[in-house]
Amino acid sequence: MTTSLQRRKELIASELVWYERMLEIREFEKQTNALFAAGSIRGTTHLCNGQEALAVGLASVLNPDDVVSATYRGHGIALALGLTSHSVLAEIMGKATGCAGGLGGSMHLCDRSVGLLPTSAIIGGGMPIAAGAALAFQVQKKSSVAVAVFGDGATNIGAFHESLNLAAVWKLPVVFVCDNNVYGEYSRINVTTPIEDLHLRANSYAMPNLKVDGMDIYLVREALQGAIDRARSGGGPTLIEAKTYRFAGHSRADQALYRPDGELEMWQKRDPIKVTEELLIKKGVLTAAKAKELQEIADKTMVDIVAKTQNDSEPEIGDMFKNIWTSKN
Amino acid sequence: MSAMRFRQAIVAALTDEMNADSSVIFFGEDVAAAEGPFKTSEGLLTTFGPERVRDTPISEMAFTGAAVGAAMMGMKPVIEIMFIEFLGVALDQLVTEAAKMLYLSKGQYSVPMVLRASSGAGLGFGSQHSQTLENWVAATPGLKVITPSDPQSAYSLLRAAIQDPDPVVFLEPRILYAERGEVDTNLKMEIGKARVLETGTDITIVALGNMVNVARAGIKKAGVSADLVDLGTIVPWDRACVLASVAKTGRLVVVEESPLSGGWGSEIIATVVANQFKSLKSAPFRITTPDVPVPFNGGLEARFLPTADEVSRQIQEAIKNNSTPKPWWINEGVSK
Repeated sequence: MTTSLQRRKELIASELVWYERMLEIREFEKQTNALFAAGSIRGTTHLCNGQEALAVGLASVLNPDDVVSATYRGHGIALALGLTSHSVLAEIMGKATGCAGGLGGSMHLCDRSVGLLPTSAIIGGGMPIAAGAALAFQVQKKSSVAVAVFGDGATNIGAFHESLNLAAVWKLPVVFVCDNNVYGEYSRINVTTPIEDLHLRANSYAMPNLKVDGMDIYLVREALQGAIDRARSGGGPTLIEAKTYRFAGHSRADQALYRPDGELEMWQKRDPIKVTEELLIKKGVLTAAKAKELQEIADKTMVDIVAKTQNDSEPEIGDMFKNIWTSKN
Repeated sequence: MSAMRFRQAIVAALTDEMNADSSVIFFGEDVAAAEGPFKTSEGLLTTFGPERVRDTPISEMAFTGAAVGAAMMGMKPVIEIMFIEFLGVALDQLVTEAAKMLYLSKGQYSVPMVLRASSGAGLGFGSQHSQTLENWVAATPGLKVITPSDPQSAYSLLRAAIQDPDPVVFLEPRILYAERGEVDTNLKMEIGKARVLETGTDITIVALGNMVNVARAGIKKAGVSADLVDLGTIVPWDRACVLASVAKTGRLVVVEESPLSGGWGSEIIATVVANQFKSLKSAPFRITTPDVPVPFNGGLEARFLPTADEVSRQIQEAIKNNSTPKPWWINEGVSK
């Protein structure tokens, strides 16, 4: 069985794997959505279609001993970092084989072997924690960095401002990555936020900041690499704003009927998977025929994983009593 | 064995743990250069330097969360929330993040952090700087909650809290900071183990923090024979100790510095009633504060808090008549 760490190393090593992983994420979300629609999965889920380049770009530039705090819209980042589709789908389906043993669900994914801290279902919740992980690295004199990934909506919550300020004043090795997908839950960014370029908020904290086209994995990697290098070498934090777009609604209950006409179609022309495909073909790493073949493989693989996972065992009743405390008290 | 003030016992515990374990770091508002508003970090910056002892911005959410993240990466952070009310703006990081990390990671990430805070009334700080608030956190599985009652338990329980692998909330009764007591730095105390400070036959008095001292004075005033149980830890609380004591005395009162409604004392009483109803000679009851914010006026604040006189009156009545005493505000017709 392929481990998360092996999958991560494969991703770091090969451009073609970036593309395959993006396809995997897209197929994963397609199947997840279908399973929810069919009533096969309980609760809720938040899809990341349109945001694959950021997830995969991030995972490809970080080392496995760096850590990432991410959000409830976290399937893509988890898969990019190396978690298997089986492990994540099993978690979403509440199976014992899931990455949290079926006790977390769609919003709570985790795998220490590749540095994925438990994803938070609270807007901004992971940001102070990433700063704290970075504090540990600083005190321990490690070269690891922490990354906090969050949405545009999080830039209006106190945790964002407090974390940026603390990280800046302590020069922590942390990179703040705002995945600006234009919508905070059900509201368009312009309704809730008086500025468009959210990275500018870091200027208040004398923190280096920049925006990047989040649909282009090469540009994403370049922006992240600079920030990560700065953090690793003691230069302190950076805020990066990746301009992406949420192709789906907020959660499974949301059809996103509030979108202006034509907006989705405009962004779909810059679908990160298409953009990557074109770039890889131009570089000679991929052909159109090979791309089609990989898409078919991704589709079939995911169908097989769904079939397999549905038969996985449920957690034992005693599992809910485990891991409350580390101590035996 | 040496005499020290409660606040010095806190300093001593921090110093000894920081010497014993280089992964212990300490931060909070005004704790480094200013050595803490209550002088509970005197000398720490000088001894351990600015890497391990840090002043934070006035950003409880950020530094509480930073403790969570640092703990997950192998440090043992101790943070100071100056007044426990300030936890309100950081509660998410404690109850929604720290308390659930082990569970959501299937045991991969533990959070060995200690959140210290001053708590309680009696010093005229008004309604937003005088609550105990242990009830905010006691109902969140995953946390441990401690309130010491004297310099010895402050020292020994703080060391135990720092050594503990899980997130611990450590509430320090502010009114006790200046109190002196003997401290044996070799004495270990376990989280979750109560201390029976006085033994007797007629009633069990369970108390926490400064209410232990109030209860002790109340017993003396009443001249009754009582078991005085200093719980020390609210989560997990020492069921065996309390059940054994009530089995012996047949009566139970809990003295709490928190509002009547929703207090942890109800949990103690429910457990005793459900487990050994037949050992009871009279109905267990609680002596609490009324369901009002802490009043500023000195006379009112003194009445608001459980007093030795109230404890004395109520335990005498309970023992004499096997009846359930009414709180003073009902007795005196001040409120319902």
